[in-house]
Amino acid sequence: MTETTAHLPQTREERMPWRVRLALHEIDGVTLLVLPAVLFVIGLFVYPFLYGFVLSFKPRAGDWLANYRKFFSDPFLYDTIYATMRLALPATIINVLISIPVALRVRKMHRRRLLTTILVIPITLGTVLIAEGLLNYLGPQGWLNRTLMLFGLISSPLRLVHNYTGVMLSLILSGFPFTFLLTLSYITGIDTSLEQAAATLGATARARFRHILLPLLAQGLAINFCLSFVQTFSVFPSAVLLGAPAGDTRVISIAAYQAAYEQYDASMAAAIAMVMGFVQLAVVLLALAGRNLFYRGSAGGGKG
Amino acid sequence: MAERAEAMGREKTISERLWAAAIWLAVVVFIANFMAMAATVVINSFGTRWFGAWLPAGYTSRWYLSAWDEFQLGDVLITTFEVVGAVVLLSGLFGVPAAYALARRRFPGKQLVLLLFLLPLMIPPITFGIPLATVLYQLGAGGTIWGVIIANLVPTVPFVILVMIPFIEQIDPRIEAAARVFGAGTGRLFFYVLVPLLAPGILAALLLVLVRTIAMFELTFFTAGPDSQTLVVALYYAVYAAGVRAGQSIDAMAVIYMITTLVWLLIALRFVDPTQIVTRAKQEAAR
Repeated sequence: MTETTAHLPQTREERMPWRVRLALHEIDGVTLLVLPAVLFVIGLFVYPFLYGFVLSFKPRAGDWLANYRKFFSDPFLYDTIYATMRLALPATIINVLISIPVALRVRKMHRRRLLTTILVIPITLGTVLIAEGLLNYLGPQGWLNRTLMLFGLISSPLRLVHNYTGVMLSLILSGFPFTFLLTLSYITGIDTSLEQAAATLGATARARFRHILLPLLAQGLAINFCLSFVQTFSVFPSAVLLGAPAGDTRVISIAAYQAAYEQYDASMAAAIAMVMGFVQLAVVLLALAGRNLFYRGSAGGGKG
Repeated sequence: MAERAEAMGREKTISERLWAAAIWLAVVVFIANFMAMAATVVINSFGTRWFGAWLPAGYTSRWYLSAWDEFQLGDVLITTFEVVGAVVLLSGLFGVPAAYALARRRFPGKQLVLLLFLLPLMIPPITFGIPLATVLYQLGAGGTIWGVIIANLVPTVPFVILVMIPFIEQIDPRIEAAARVFGAGTGRLFFYVLVPLLAPGILAALLLVLVRTIAMFELTFFTAGPDSQTLVVALYYAVYAAGVRAGQSIDAMAVIYMITTLVWLLIALRFVDPTQIVTRAKQEAAR
């Protein structure tokens, strides 16, 4: 009895130092719960990425830079960057720009949830279904061309599928809801009393937007632009199904897919994926650098 | 709205009204085009022959039977639900405990861990999908249903974590402290105290995972073999090889896909705000 009580403190003391030290840093049994997920993401996201990076420098033939040299010297390959940019940049800019006035209008709406629910449907259905639907709808005999001809706006059907226009329209149809819902969540986060204060002081709607809303939104819009851009930059199903995958809309993801699954050149495919990631990163960094030109701070109206 | 205009002490000008009308017109045109596109798919799937007219010449349901046979939709649907079920279950098992640790502890390197979970959500699946598929094929999992499940888990585990963190943070830690005082171990605490409290959040997160996984094209496309295609990938191949099968058959399959997705979306929307489907990653990114 006495022995055990005399023993206990001693063993605790022996065990305490590292436990206490770890506990001071809030590392204990609970913290370890994060480990399986961390190991999972490291094993199946970080490791494949690094593996792909190393693999891209081990080409099937030639020296370590052969894949990248091939990519940047073959117009069939390096033109895909331009083809993708030509789709992704305008589509993202259009979506972000239109989302701002619409979100400003919608935040005052009473039945906002109905509209957001409708707009979530295109996101949920995804690009494959939208591509299939648009093939009929935008086709020469589709409802859109028929309607335009009915009203005498055009005399012969427009060519809207299997070209640049088709992919662009699908990017707007599938991308706008995503961009809009992000913008809406940023705009609803801005306290309306800030604007009311400006209005009380006599600022016009334009001035309120320019001097109150835009600076507060700039941060969110930059992130929104980045998220929307990386989505559209990795366009794949609609570029194949709705575009001209051998011509105008041969985007970079098609080149990567062909290298991996048609030529079975995993090393080249990894190199193209790295180029894709690098271009996305470059645009994202540019956009995030741009946002720092604006005010950064609280968008709430309370005591800050 | 009227109150606010009064409060601001000014009338609406004509140009403001025109501007408002233009915005609503844009929204209406967008929704009308989307609805018309979806309607085209549904009508065509029931049409006998549709060419050079506003509507098909006649209506039939036989395309659904032929689509079911031609595309082996029975097998495809079973695969889809196996994949989705496994992804939902596993992302919950990996994600919820990790979210709990991140919500309750501030350990060194926590920001790094959060960034680690943010990356798979920010980087598009096409970019990391090809290296991931290469690794999975080397491990022998490529082309099997397990490869598809593992690949789909890469974005869903972080998604569950980022959705659950704020949900867990709002639960009072004193409840857990009370359970500890009465002698509950970590396991009992988790299953008898936390899981019931977290059930609404877990349900919402997992329903969102479910909807996202049914529609996840890229990762499944890169890792699936002939026997492990999900519905969305089968639909892609059908559209890609259009001309081999009747267009109405493909549209019948598209309708089955739409129904599968939208039923779960409707269930999900009973528990979550629609904006949650897109905004979670951004809120974390804004930090």
